[in-house]
Amino acid sequence: MYPVSDLIRNLADQHGRNRHNLLPILQGVVEQEKYLSEYSMIEIARELDLPASEVYGTATFYSFLEHKKMGKYIIRVCKTITCSMKGKNQVLLAIQEMLKLDVGETTPDGTFSLLQTNCLGFCHKAPAMLVNNEVFTDLTPEKVRDILSAYLKKQKEGVSHDN
Amino acid sequence: MTISYQLKRADFIFKNENDWEEVLSKNLSRTPSELINELISSELKGRGGAGFPTGLKWKLTAEVEDSIKYVICNADEGEPGTFKDREILSMVPFKVLTSMAICGYVIGAKEGYIYLRGEYFFLRPELNKAISEFEYYCKEINFDFSIRIFMGSGAYICGEETALFESMEGKRGEPRNKPPFPSNSGYMAKPTVINNVETLAHTYTIFKYGAKRFYDLGVQYSRGSKLFSVSGDTPKPGIYELELGMSLADFVDEFGDGDTKAVQVGGASGFLVPRKRFNETAIGFQGKLTGISLPTGGSMMLFNSSRSMFNVLDNYLEFFREESCGQCTPCRVGCQQLLKGIKAVKRGEKNAKYLDKLLRLTETMQVTAKCGLGQSVANSFSSIVENFREEMIY
Repeated sequence: MYPVSDLIRNLADQHGRNRHNLLPILQGVVEQEKYLSEYSMIEIARELDLPASEVYGTATFYSFLEHKKMGKYIIRVCKTITCSMKGKNQVLLAIQEMLKLDVGETTPDGTFSLLQTNCLGFCHKAPAMLVNNEVFTDLTPEKVRDILSAYLKKQKEGVSHDN
Repeated sequence: MTISYQLKRADFIFKNENDWEEVLSKNLSRTPSELINELISSELKGRGGAGFPTGLKWKLTAEVEDSIKYVICNADEGEPGTFKDREILSMVPFKVLTSMAICGYVIGAKEGYIYLRGEYFFLRPELNKAISEFEYYCKEINFDFSIRIFMGSGAYICGEETALFESMEGKRGEPRNKPPFPSNSGYMAKPTVINNVETLAHTYTIFKYGAKRFYDLGVQYSRGSKLFSVSGDTPKPGIYELELGMSLADFVDEFGDGDTKAVQVGGASGFLVPRKRFNETAIGFQGKLTGISLPTGGSMMLFNSSRSMFNVLDNYLEFFREESCGQCTPCRVGCQQLLKGIKAVKRGEKNAKYLDKLLRLTETMQVTAKCGLGQSVANSFSSIVENFREEMIY
């Protein structure tokens, strides 16, 4: 993994250094780092020659651009009307019990973060959630436990592989 | 799946025709004004929900003199209960790309963008593949047009066209004042056509089969077919292409579970129609002579009698409170106060008359909010509170 300042320079080379290139750059940093630190935002401002406040303003407007440290897998459970009607709360409870974390929190090992989000556009297959960019639909407490187990397994294998 | 006679099913959008190269090259040999007239005579109106005549939009932009113009496909599908645009982009992306290119030809634009919502990130690889294939063909026939995907990052308001431009320019997605309209000053202050994904898919049908084929569907003021995203308490949720102008009663006959108490037409920013109004409500654009006619971006959410309308309204208001961009006071403070207000009435901290005060607040928001978000909160709020007042109180 690159240090953030290298990453930002590469992203700026790739997208350009104009104001209208800001969002793709912010997204690129979030994709790797999972969030925008104050340091990243200042670096981006320097690289694009913008006031840091402008970068902060844009960055904090968008719900997918996190500005606090997030886990490797960000779980976003849809809470809009159809998902709520079709059992979102049970699904959410199953996740909370299994991972021992509340909405807005990250597991101590930094593997999962749990969030709720607005309409994901899968109302016909409610309830739905995103894990990073992957969509899961027609969720039940059983199904969501299986999905998370698969992620946990992947994570464990990844860790032992790194060692 | 069979659909009853009263609901006339159409099958244009998802028909896999594999003839986009032919449609593109054939239409590029026609004159721009010919194409605009074809589109105007089809009476296609924008399918994102607002219903602006598409032909007129193209005409206005074509008439503005500028060496740089843009075509933007609005794929920031965020309205609760809508999921048709994703299906179009994943099933028939070439129809959308072809229409974008034809639009570019008509108005004199060389660049197109697809503003794709962050939630649909997973569509990007396939869509990029389609774009490369498409651009390759354009080069082959010596037509200069490029298309790029611009990713959103989870902001509902960016579906509002001027907020979308702001977002593409690297700013907060805060709507601009209109005028100037996008046809004069859109992305980067250049003349811009911005169309919903489904609108572009329909223009493909029109340019392929001619305006008449499209015009013959639907009813007066609401021509053509429309994709409906059906969800909620229904045995067959999904996406259906139906002719406009149907009555809501027929719709509920087909899609209801036998116990339908109300239907939300047009998502959280649309209207809730209670059972007693199903017969007199038609689905289409305003201007029908009899009864009420409701425009919609295609979101149809059904609620049966097990659902509490208080919870429904509470959920919508929570949505609006979070998605309000916060720029103008009526919307920012209004959404917060409405949510606080109905909770206070429910808990008995305010008496029932307080609901009338809240209704007056929505009227103020309707008049004074800067963009469609704040203005349309009144739609669902008043239609729910007026029809299910007792559920708000007890």
